[in-house]
Amino acid sequence: MIFSRITGTGGHLPGAAVSNDDLVARGIDTSDEWIADRTGIRFRHFASVQENSSDLALHAARQALAAAGRDAAEVDLVIVATSTPDQVFPSTACLLQHKLGNRTAAAFDVQAVCSGFVYALTIADKFVRSGSHRCALVVGAEVFSRILDWNDRGTCVLFGDGAGAVVLEASAAPGILSSALHADGHYHDILSVPGQVCGGGVSGKPFLQMDGQAVFKFAVRVLGDTAVELMAAAGLPLSALDWLVPHQANIRILQSTAKRLELPMERVVTTVAEHGNTSAASVPLALDVAVRDGRIKPGNHVMLEGVGGGFTWGGVLLRF
Amino acid sequence: MENIEQRVKKIVAEQLGVNEAEIKNESSFVDDLGADSLDTVELVMALEEEFECEIPDEEAEKITSVQQAIDYVNNHLANKG
Repeated sequence: MIFSRITGTGGHLPGAAVSNDDLVARGIDTSDEWIADRTGIRFRHFASVQENSSDLALHAARQALAAAGRDAAEVDLVIVATSTPDQVFPSTACLLQHKLGNRTAAAFDVQAVCSGFVYALTIADKFVRSGSHRCALVVGAEVFSRILDWNDRGTCVLFGDGAGAVVLEASAAPGILSSALHADGHYHDILSVPGQVCGGGVSGKPFLQMDGQAVFKFAVRVLGDTAVELMAAAGLPLSALDWLVPHQANIRILQSTAKRLELPMERVVTTVAEHGNTSAASVPLALDVAVRDGRIKPGNHVMLEGVGGGFTWGGVLLRF
Repeated sequence: MENIEQRVKKIVAEQLGVNEAEIKNESSFVDDLGADSLDTVELVMALEEEFECEIPDEEAEKITSVQQAIDYVNNHLANKG
């Protein structure tokens, strides 16, 4: 029996931290108090105009490969989760593969917005468990700053840029214990960027729009439900969970989820204060932070959860 | 078993972190009890759980005071405890 196991993590945040007060200084009609009270966000990072998702992904990928003790040439599968690809095509995964100097892996992008990383990791898990691939590089990378409407103070303060990566390898022991992916396109319009490239320009609004309250309610409900689903699928009680690493959208979503699960916040990894919402990058970035600071230890039960536009949601339970 | 008014007030107290004694029927969640927009979403979710029902968003928007919450529950629930 082949299992898949995370053997290395990496993360990258571009440039200097941008505080809430920095946003006020840039002319956005908001305040540190308003943002912090409603979201828990204190800082976020923004990529320069020269940096694309594949550039951020490259830094995170190199870190993850180093942590796993693997060369880029050993990777046989590259999956990048992003909603802000470098180009319409080729995929950001192919551009990343090129920057890594790998010429043999399968490479493609996954588009599931803020759930993108757990979608990509679940796909990689199935490839590895099938025996077709042995060493996958799974990345979440975003430059959401490109799709923010700076005149919409309700959304532009929430997001940041970044990338996180893991190396997922074939293993005789798990590894990933259970995974779950869901979507309900009925809710496609509560969080979206409706624009499309068309006829040499952009047709439709190329900025993120969101019904914050609907998203909040949806996120809290599905993060709780998915956690229960993943533990049941692995045959473990919720009390066996050491770390919850959820998508970092809003501290109040995380607190509300933890409360519903009766999980102390001490067991929830939160980076939303320092990173903002980095969409598909948020889960691997948070995982990398908690691995590197020593909170997540070998043998720990760790749950990764994503929820985002689509609506999409899902998670992965693993033994680290 | 507590009545609906007591159950609603208990949930409001718990969700908004206010003393039950301070909660009057006419209290507005935002103006009197210090709730913000996300608090009111969480409050509606807590009411849905307590009374095992689903409150549609367009209905939830109209629930802005303790009395409106009590009225909603009274009018929409078969299971009134």
